[in-house]
Amino acid sequence: MDQPATNPAIDKVNRGLKRRYRAERRFRLCGATAVFAALCFLFILFFSIVSSGYKAFQKTFIQIDVFFDPAEFTNENLATANFPALIKASMSSRFPEVTARRDKKDLYYLISPGASFQLMKLIKNNPALIGQKERIWVSANDDVDMLLKGNIDRTRPESERRINDKQLAWLDTLAGEGKIKKTFNMAFFTLGDSREPEQAGIWGATCGSFYTLLITLSLSFPIGVAAAVYLEEFAPKNRWTDIIEVNINNLAAVPSIVYGLLGLAVFINFFGMPRSTPVVGGLVLTLMTLPIIIIASRASLKSVPPSIREAALGIGASKMQMVAHHVLPLALPGMLTGTIIGMAHALGETAPLLMVGMVAFIVDIPQGFTDPATVLPVQIYLWSDSPERAFMEKTSAAIMVLLVFLFLMNAVAIFLRKRFEIKW
Amino acid sequence: MESLFQTAESGILATAPKEKILSEVTSKTLHKARETVGDPFVENPRMTCREVNVYYGEKKAINNVNIDIARHEVIAMIGPSGCGKSTFLRCLNRMNDTIEGCRVTGDIRLDGMDIHDRNVDVVPLRARVGMVFQKPNPFPKSIFDNVAYGPKIHGLVQNKSELEEIVEASLKKAGLWEEAKDRLNQPGTGLSGGQQQRLCIARAIAVSPEVILMDEPCSALDPIATAKIEELIAELCEHYSIVIVTHSMQQAARVSQRTAYFHLGDLIEVGKTDRIFTNPRHQLTEDYITGRFG
Ligand SMILES: Nc1ncnc2c1ncn2[C@@H]1O[C@H](COP(=O)(O)OP(=O)(O)OP(=O)(O)O)[C@@H](O)[C@H]1O
Ligand SMILES: [Mg+2]
Repeated sequence: MDQPATNPAIDKVNRGLKRRYRAERRFRLCGATAVFAALCFLFILFFSIVSSGYKAFQKTFIQIDVFFDPAEFTNENLATANFPALIKASMSSRFPEVTARRDKKDLYYLISPGASFQLMKLIKNNPALIGQKERIWVSANDDVDMLLKGNIDRTRPESERRINDKQLAWLDTLAGEGKIKKTFNMAFFTLGDSREPEQAGIWGATCGSFYTLLITLSLSFPIGVAAAVYLEEFAPKNRWTDIIEVNINNLAAVPSIVYGLLGLAVFINFFGMPRSTPVVGGLVLTLMTLPIIIIASRASLKSVPPSIREAALGIGASKMQMVAHHVLPLALPGMLTGTIIGMAHALGETAPLLMVGMVAFIVDIPQGFTDPATVLPVQIYLWSDSPERAFMEKTSAAIMVLLVFLFLMNAVAIFLRKRFEIKW
Repeated sequence: MESLFQTAESGILATAPKEKILSEVTSKTLHKARETVGDPFVENPRMTCREVNVYYGEKKAINNVNIDIARHEVIAMIGPSGCGKSTFLRCLNRMNDTIEGCRVTGDIRLDGMDIHDRNVDVVPLRARVGMVFQKPNPFPKSIFDNVAYGPKIHGLVQNKSELEEIVEASLKKAGLWEEAKDRLNQPGTGLSGGQQQRLCIARAIAVSPEVILMDEPCSALDPIATAKIEELIAELCEHYSIVIVTHSMQQAARVSQRTAYFHLGDLIEVGKTDRIFTNPRHQLTEDYITGRFG
């Protein structure tokens, strides 16, 4: 035999090789396609939200010359003065040719009803203005805003527009004089909700979300971690702990609205806590996030290598010392990640909060845990339900703000994980 | 376990010539304890174990073991895989308590004190009976903190300088001082495998134990690191009793004064190491050390 005997097994392997590589290529292709599709949808989502919402970050202002007529400020209390009348007077003096009642009404319509509050604030801060003529930028009505942002089509027949031809002419005059401008919409970030779109902001909802999440975090993190540590490290493994484990997993899957009903029944009806407040919302969200945190914490406790526990016990650490000194520090990054994911969940949660009355229309900025409040996702829900065209872009803008908060929280989760991760 | 027992026995049937003892061996069932051959008892022992049985759930892993551990000796535990060496070793500092479903019966005494007594706390017990594991398992902390952890939690030191003394002395005893003194603040997990194992030994001796249990301390190490640890064991036995589980009979012969041979949960034979390796009295011991099975 000159030829070295060929190994039949190798031949078989070689024959199968092509098929194996083909399978791998197919799989990789599927994976890449899936990722690509997911990215596409993500892009479409962001694009649609941003494209319909970015305009909400700008707001239209009209410059008017207001004469703070001393005749209006006869009362001790300056706030009771008829500020709308001042604005009307200033508009009338700018367009003296408008005399018909209907037309006057249309003219005054251009200015937001919120402008009188602006004047009130001005006078409050500086009573010396009384008797003077001031040039002030006041916010325009939302329909004017929409028109200037191009959301109202000038070429449509007059009856189909919310801005009629006369109003268009006045606005063009004002624009020609440089008395109309669009600037950054501070009001959106500093005000609470309002029936007037140009006066509506998300600060109230943001504060509500903040207080609610503060309650949720300060309750669910310690309770969740303690429960996980107890169940994982101390509890005897018997039928009871099995039942508890199964039920925690079940709780994590319970529809969130059920938690809302539970909160309504227990916290509001039984304990008599104030409706629509961050306390109740936070408690409900605590119930909802606890299972998530417990499951994540248990998983990260389980992933701590047993050799570390043995090492600690082997030199005489008590169980508590073993957990506190060695297991918890190693499990903490995972626990924090789980907690922040739970918090992000809670931040975006709407349904249970509807049940405890956080869906109310609230203009004031909540100042504490027991003030009536709403939260960002509920605010989005409320605005998306409003008929005004201007609330549409507000909805998208609020979604953007919510997403930014979610991204921030996830970034914090990643940062904490990197920061506390112990290198082996 | 039953089937393992049978295959092991049939293995002997095929190779072993000594029919007399063989028939005796095969006639015994596993659950009836075998007499221990040799001299398991010593005068003035550090630890005594009497009628120790260990169960994992229903399964019996250690079968009526009686043995003494002398002061200042190295005793090696050898035997085929799965015979219960680790299980027995873990009885001595009650590490088996941490295993779900593991039950230990019998009487184990440390200097006359029953370690299973209700008044005995496992925390000081484990400080007196230290343990070194098969896989080096330093804490993911600095080298200094690894060694300092035991003295700290047991309150052995009053201040920082005392702690530093203990750490230095322990590292010196473990033969790691020269390599580690410049990097005490670096993580212990950054050391090589052999250094890590010596760090674990230093950690164990930092709390001044009386007995050190070592479960295959060299199985993950290369020959040079192994030689270092063996040297260390020889030095340490001046101060401590050392119980070492090993799969290497050469190692047992090199480091130990006495050797105990386990087989399927039974303690078959105990004796002076020289005698065990030159003149085993039990057929199973002879088969094992001559490499006929295991
Ligand atoms: N945690 C456990 N649960 C159930 N059975 C176990 C457990 N640990 C060990 N056993 C069983 O007990 C017997 C003895 O195991 P042990 O680990 O003591 O053997 P060993 O002699 O140390 O083996 P090796 O030399 O391979 O380390 C084996 O049959 C094993 O399957
Ligand atoms: Mg073992």
